[in-house]
Amino acid sequence: MSAVIEAHDHHDHKPTGIGRWLFSTNHKDIGTMYLWFSFIMFFIGGAMALVIRAELFQPGLQFVEPEFFNQMTTLHGLIMVFGVIMPGFVGLANWMVPMMIGAPDMALPRMNNWSFWLLPGAFGILIASLVMSMMGMGSAPNFGWTFYAPLSTTYGPDSTDYFIFSVHMMGLSSIMGAINIIATIMNLRAPGMTYMKMPIFVWTWFITAYLLIAVMPVLAGVVTMMLTDRNFGTSFFDAAGGGDPVLFQHIFWFFGHPEVYIMILPAFGVISQIVPTFARKKIFGYSSMVYATASIAFLSFIVWAHHMFTTGMPVEAELFFMYATMLIAIPTGVKVFNWVSTMWRGSMTFETPMLFAIAFIFLFTIGGFTGLMMCITPADFQYHDTYFIVAHFHYVLATGAAFSIMAAVYFWLPKWTGNMYDETLGKIHFWLTTISANVLFFPMHFVGLAGMPRRIPDYSLQFAEFNQMASVGAFIFGFSQLIFLYVVIKCIRGGEKATEQVWEGADGLEWTLPSPPPFHSFTTPPQVK
Amino acid sequence: MRAAIRVASLLSLIFTSGQALAGYQMNLSPGVTTFSQGAYEIHTLVLWICVVIGTVVFGAMIYSIITHRKSKGAVAATFDDNTTIEIVWTVVPFIILIAMAIPATRVLLAMEDVSNSDMSIKITGYQWKWHYDYNVGEKAEDISFFSNISTPDARSLATSMNVVKDENYLLDVDNRMVVPVNKKVRLLFTSSDVIHAWWVPAFGVKKDTIPGFINESWINVPEPGVYRGKCAELCGTNHGFMPVVVEAKSEEDYAAWVASQKTAAADVAASANKTWTKDELMAKGKTAYATNCAACHQANGEGLAGVFPGLKGSAIAIGDIARHIDVVIHGVSGTAMAAYAGQMNDVDLAAVITYERNAWGNNAGDMVQPSDIKAAR
Ligand code: HEM
Ligand SMILES: [Cu+2]
Ligand SMILES: [Cu+2]
Repeated sequence: MSAVIEAHDHHDHKPTGIGRWLFSTNHKDIGTMYLWFSFIMFFIGGAMALVIRAELFQPGLQFVEPEFFNQMTTLHGLIMVFGVIMPGFVGLANWMVPMMIGAPDMALPRMNNWSFWLLPGAFGILIASLVMSMMGMGSAPNFGWTFYAPLSTTYGPDSTDYFIFSVHMMGLSSIMGAINIIATIMNLRAPGMTYMKMPIFVWTWFITAYLLIAVMPVLAGVVTMMLTDRNFGTSFFDAAGGGDPVLFQHIFWFFGHPEVYIMILPAFGVISQIVPTFARKKIFGYSSMVYATASIAFLSFIVWAHHMFTTGMPVEAELFFMYATMLIAIPTGVKVFNWVSTMWRGSMTFETPMLFAIAFIFLFTIGGFTGLMMCITPADFQYHDTYFIVAHFHYVLATGAAFSIMAAVYFWLPKWTGNMYDETLGKIHFWLTTISANVLFFPMHFVGLAGMPRRIPDYSLQFAEFNQMASVGAFIFGFSQLIFLYVVIKCIRGGEKATEQVWEGADGLEWTLPSPPPFHSFTTPPQVK
Repeated sequence: MRAAIRVASLLSLIFTSGQALAGYQMNLSPGVTTFSQGAYEIHTLVLWICVVIGTVVFGAMIYSIITHRKSKGAVAATFDDNTTIEIVWTVVPFIILIAMAIPATRVLLAMEDVSNSDMSIKITGYQWKWHYDYNVGEKAEDISFFSNISTPDARSLATSMNVVKDENYLLDVDNRMVVPVNKKVRLLFTSSDVIHAWWVPAFGVKKDTIPGFINESWINVPEPGVYRGKCAELCGTNHGFMPVVVEAKSEEDYAAWVASQKTAAADVAASANKTWTKDELMAKGKTAYATNCAACHQANGEGLAGVFPGLKGSAIAIGDIARHIDVVIHGVSGTAMAAYAGQMNDVDLAAVITYERNAWGNNAGDMVQPSDIKAAR
């Protein structure tokens, strides 16, 4: 392994043209591709959300048939989860993990190429089914991103088999990406960088990668069972043949709950890099951060059935999953307290990355509060499958995970490109995004509590005002992201030159490299004291 | 930070002005049963705990953001851990969690106790309607019926705009589930196709209906009244259009309702033996079609391209009559086309098939009598 890397060191030529991207084995180029992929998917998935919000602007059907509406909610969810948040974080890991641990590149560069290039294929298939549906040929997946059987098996449209293939490809990509990250972190740390000296972002990704390896095969298993149910006469999920539809949900959520932590642990990592930088103070409670991350990861495996309280589980099981879920609030709380203590008596400045990080802490915490409310089983009977749930997971995923990715992009963009981004535009983007996100998602709590089910194309009149408000917020939120796109492009094209350290309070190996960093990050390993 | 203040003030709105803002509701409603009230109490408790914790945490953050800024000359301190405080903020939340878990457990255990019920109703989910069956359990009555959304035209883009939208828009059905007040009614849930969830917020009951399995819950409604809810689990195209309406009646009114249901059932049985005219069949067929078929095949008979086939001009609807009857009463396996033999009576089936063969320019010209259906079953 090390021989290969050394042989590579001697020539610093960059491949050019399309080959540079197609055959890339470079962690930065692949990271860039992941990030652009995520960004493009963000606009595609976002456009679908705007179709949904346009339809829900007022009672009655105005724009789309219920059938198409269901395809929109399904693809919006799938694209945001698997096409935006996950690739976004893998892109950040690709760029930053080798630079943060003092490595020249990822440990398995060819596999890295393959894990990225599976993604356009996977999403190409998924989006093709929607294009075909719009041309009147069948229906795209329409069973929600959670694709419960038997709606997705016996009753699924023909495109379900494409969907299954697509999920397999995404899973393969994620597993390979995870293996690569683990191999890199275990083998390529600079001399002196012990595990307990790794930056928190590296730690959170290390643990996330294990979660991925543990649960992506479970997802692959459940879609394979669907495939055989649909095509080869098995009855895993078909009661008529002796199967059990609830089994589907158990397997899905055994994947699904760790999956939500896969989408948030790297976000915790990002915030734990940004807050100390702009508070000019070391992260508070480094080791408790690491232990909290590990215990969240462990607990995430024993809480899955909190998504299934209404399926009629035995009361003992309901109690177990309620108690276990409550426990997650403790390490999650520790994280939030640590961030606040890091800010406490710091010397803070509020550049765009810090603004996004602070908004993350506020808004993610609100999502955590609703999570705590929902794990109370008798109350969850009321919340389940309403807009209250939609509010919860958008607070943790949109203003949580997605905000952390935006924060990370602003934070590291000067390092990546060598140019500072436009701070004024960045702040405008931040304020528009944060305010509109709350106009969009906060009223969902109210309609949910008032009794509006999720995944419906039309609703009764008493929900009208707050839906209208949410739709207005959605359009502002959506269009504000064009500013983000513009800021990124502008920064790539030029701007004030960034220093090595970029931010006054920045600390860590990545800030010792020039901006932009050389093609092979650390050709000689740095020494960590 | 401005966002945070907005959020905090919105949060407090839930409490202070939820009632003042007439017309829409912002909080859970306490409902009428012990479940819904239990859920409401624990919801309120946990929400307040969150508000208090939120105030402390956000308050500390806001204070820090205002005072500990470089522009005000703040110099960074150097501490980066403090074991005491870390133990405190691990242990205190743990205690708070226990304080929440105790009442939650109490409420939950009460809910799951379905013993000693006075009567039972079996609720079956169908794409996209409910079936209520009073033929189960101890005090069984011979009553069963389907409950459909009563504004079928709301389901498609072309017709939705013409539907009158009043306060019960999407919340009305043709046949309500009726229960007597002050009786412990055991509810059994199952499904004939995909998973649905039967939900009435005022009862605090939301249960999945799962094909092949039976779930249980119970209600005891203290006050006569009409209680509305919806299907909560995504169940396909018309998931948004399967309301639940329960009417609780006093003991006497309930008895009268039971009697009227029995008379109606007898009338239907009698009408199946007479010979119907084509006009009668077409009129009845139009209604039956709107309730049972239009959700998929659409009111105009054109179906939904690529999803549900049209009937206008279709080979089956204007072709061999025996085949047409067969498809409707036995369904087409492996597709969304259900077998209607068990869902509709002979008269409605005869009427709907006649209607399909002669509506929208279909000109089969023939008709089907209830006796033909009986023979084909
Ligand atoms: C304190 C931490 C959290 C707790 C206690 C919690 C609890 C819950 C519970 C009980 C549900 C199920 C509610 C229902 O369907 O009735 C739920 C749903 C959900 N949560 Fe969380 N949650 C927490 C944090 C998170 C985080 C960090 C994420 C993602 C980043 C997340 C994402 C989701 C999603 C996506 C769903 C809905 C899935 C669906 O049905 O489509 N949650 N959460
Ligand atoms: Cu979960
Ligand atoms: Cu349903």
